Amino acid sequence: MTAIVAISSGLSESSSTRRLADRLVESVGRQFGDASIELVSLRELAHDIVDATLLGFASPRLQDVLDKVGAADGLVVVTPIYKASYPGLFKSFIDALDADAVIGKPVLLAATGGTARHSLAIDHTLRPLFAYLQALVVPTGVFASTHDWGSEGAQALEQRIDRAAGELTSLLKGAGTGRSRDDEFDLFSDTFLSISQGPKAPGSDA
Amino acid sequence: MSSMQFGIFTVGDLTVDPTDGSLPTENEKLKALVAIAKKVEDIGGDVFAVGEHHDSGFVPPSISTLHAFIAAQTKRLILSTSIAHITTNDPVKIAEDYATLQHLSDGRVDLVLGRGNTAQVYPWFGKDPSKGVELTIENYQLLRRLWDEDVVNWEGRFRTPLQGFTSIPRPLDGVAPFVWHGSIRTPEVAEIAAYYGDGYFANNIFWPKEHYIRLINFYRQRYEHYGHGTQEQAIVGLGGQFFMRKNSQDAVNEFRPYFDNAPVYGHGPSLEDFQAQTPLTVGSPQEVIEKTLSFADFFGDYQRQMFLIDHAGLPLKTVLEQLDLLGEILPTLRAEFDARRPAGVPDAPTHANRLAAKQAATTTEGSQS
Repeated sequence: MTAIVAISSGLSESSSTRRLADRLVESVGRQFGDASIELVSLRELAHDIVDATLLGFASPRLQDVLDKVGAADGLVVVTPIYKASYPGLFKSFIDALDADAVIGKPVLLAATGGTARHSLAIDHTLRPLFAYLQALVVPTGVFASTHDWGSEGAQALEQRIDRAAGELTSLLKGAGTGRSRDDEFDLFSDTFLSISQGPKAPGSDA
Repeated sequence: MSSMQFGIFTVGDLTVDPTDGSLPTENEKLKALVAIAKKVEDIGGDVFAVGEHHDSGFVPPSISTLHAFIAAQTKRLILSTSIAHITTNDPVKIAEDYATLQHLSDGRVDLVLGRGNTAQVYPWFGKDPSKGVELTIENYQLLRRLWDEDVVNWEGRFRTPLQGFTSIPRPLDGVAPFVWHGSIRTPEVAEIAAYYGDGYFANNIFWPKEHYIRLINFYRQRYEHYGHGTQEQAIVGLGGQFFMRKNSQDAVNEFRPYFDNAPVYGHGPSLEDFQAQTPLTVGSPQEVIEKTLSFADFFGDYQRQMFLIDHAGLPLKTVLEQLDLLGEILPTLRAEFDARRPAGVPDAPTHANRLAAKQAATTTEGSQS
């Protein structure tokens, strides 16, 4: 069975990073069908990660996670953005991986931040890191700011999640990313459908 | 009138003339627009359109007022927009203003609606710039109903609900002003035009033709999809721009400083490169004829050709000279376009032919019952 590991490096118990990871895992599971998906929270491994940085070897439970990452067919990576980049704990975890741990693996990159001003952090910090690791990163990065969790941005975020998860699924199934630029006119988007199907406003008598 | 319409569109920009540093006042520019409109009628042109702008540096924020003034001084000219904002104007006010103009001008009005091009305008009218497409869709849905239904009950996201509301005056002869939808990048706007069986206008100025071909073909396909007719019967309008002199090299020499300093493309590509890559023609009347006729090869036979000639700081005197030259080639353009036009491609929409079509449809229904 295809094995996918999702890594969340949110640092609080119920972080928005963890919420985004949950949503991505749900979408990948729904679109892929028969896959084993395990979600790992780095918060629970924080001390092990620091220890590994100092000692040069991993504790048994950290080693277990590193082994799962190495054996996975694909990865979902979700991190908060602090001070224009991923937090040190996340980088220390990546430092603990074997140099060849993710070579050629399809990887979905996602991040959270306070405002949309941080949204290019995926492309400016996470992509170079995974390019160095020689991973195969899917074209769509999913960035969620506080605004995206409200009613205004929620729909667009949902679409980005499904698109990125769809790309990861297609890559894992050997079908490329399943997208090309001819798909630009999305005739089945809510906006397009609202033209021919009328407004959805409550109380509309259309 | 032939089956195709020709006209002039302008955004009424206040731009310094780079050859002498002069800048028209707002008063001079508004009066210049009136002079240009009257000249378009004099040379046998069909349409004069003005683009709504609210930024300083432009003079036409109130198009229906301007057009009413022009309508009073013209007889045949169709007055249109290039474009009017469907996003930031209240659809109720659009319905009222342009229906009023339609009555006063005896049906000589149509509209090109669009999103508008600058984000800063939205908050000036209490609207959110990130909602441009949604506002376009909802506001047009309402405008359509205000003109097509005598009593409207309506509720949407972006304005207060309407209960038992009748927009006045009712459209002239029960035929609302024809609507085109203008866009240079938003496929949803082409979809709106196709869904309602309205016209689609591509300004065809800034970019290579391939960009516009993609949108126009999409509109034509969707027009057929929604059952309004074949792709060839969809109603297409195009922009274009020229600078003409009898002698091609004179045109190039005179226009170059205006091109080189123009607000949109100045200090960018050379005049020669831009001319090779976009619909701009700077040259002799024959060159303008040839380039314009080529549009139908790329976009299909179409209904309306508008030209931008009032821009880049060109003085009114020069613009009026350009119109004289256009008047000289118009008979050739009409004859050549008509000659290549297959049967079944509809004529450009006018109040008269749309009223006739409506009456014919009513008669047919009556005879069947």
